[in-house]
Amino acid sequence: MGAQLRIYRRRMRSVKATKKITKAMELISASRIVKAQQRVTASTPYANELTRAVSAVATYSSTNHPLTTESERPIRAAVLIISADRGMAGAYSNNAIKEGEQLAALLKARGLEVKSYLVGRKAVNYYRFRNREIAGSWTGFSDNPTYEHAKEVADSLIKAFIADAQVELSGVDEIHIVFTEFKSMLTQNAMAKRMLPLEVVESDAPVPTGLLPMYEFEPNAGVVLDALLPRYIEARVFNAMLQSAASEHAARRRAMKSATDNADELIKSLTRLANAARQAEITQEISEIVGGADALASASAGSE
Amino acid sequence: MTLKVELVSPSERVWSGEATFVSARTVEGDLGILTDHAPLFGVLVDGAVSIKGSDGTTTQFNVSGGFLSVSNNRVSILTETVSS
Repeated sequence: MGAQLRIYRRRMRSVKATKKITKAMELISASRIVKAQQRVTASTPYANELTRAVSAVATYSSTNHPLTTESERPIRAAVLIISADRGMAGAYSNNAIKEGEQLAALLKARGLEVKSYLVGRKAVNYYRFRNREIAGSWTGFSDNPTYEHAKEVADSLIKAFIADAQVELSGVDEIHIVFTEFKSMLTQNAMAKRMLPLEVVESDAPVPTGLLPMYEFEPNAGVVLDALLPRYIEARVFNAMLQSAASEHAARRRAMKSATDNADELIKSLTRLANAARQAEITQEISEIVGGADALASASAGSE
Repeated sequence: MTLKVELVSPSERVWSGEATFVSARTVEGDLGILTDHAPLFGVLVDGAVSIKGSDGTTTQFNVSGGFLSVSNNRVSILTETVSS
């Protein structure tokens, strides 16, 4: 076998091995999207009920709760960025990080100091590589978050929010979240939203409310809000994590699908090249033999 | 006339359907809800929630904290963890 042909064959083997891997990853992601989507749907009733409750309490009680009132002179803002732990998902993590950068620039333009809270190894690596300060980071669950994870993240955010930003360095006046919204299998959008202080019901889909009833609060509106708001933040963080996880799987599936397609293409063109090389080798051999035979024949003809 | 009851946790809808009576324990004490109860919003403590379905069967759940909201014969119970 000629050298050229051997090289082509070797490259084909390696591309085929890669294709097997990307194909497997594509199938795994495809099956996980469905599960992740179901989890998003399953978490919706809880989130909706909470939103309804929070808007009812916030509308009908005159309590000035620290979690609902805006600071007159905000100093610091926390930005929670949800990204992936692993790569191979196209621009998924990058999009979220870029969205976070834009938000940070916007906040800085307002004169705020930005504290970064990061979920997912990709975001952590990005910040660490640039030597930026990280206020908090969590990794290892980006593709399958549980409520406990969301609680952990939300707890430290709420703690930072409750601390008085004017006095303590760890305190923040605003909390923003950057996540990837799962619209459909094909569309996922990185987006930034403000979680705290509460904006008056900012969900896109109107919660089926009608008129909110005049609630009696047990024991009283203040205590109810105290208990309700942390849960509300947890539920929002949880929902954002679930949507991001579904988006991550969708992005990975798409990236792996195009990798598999590209591998196919590469194999096809390499096969063509290998065939041509083989044919060239054969042609050369034949012409060598014919040439050799000719030479022998003319040599023996001359000696007679 | 029945109550429309939903018991939901962050990860799933645990129970939903028609019921005639719901009891739960709030920070103020045990609370029973029949139809046409006044709008109420309560904070629950760890304890049992029992729902008497309109078919007469009673279902018990152990909840760890959460909220109870009642309005227009619609009862929703939000809790973090549930075990039956």
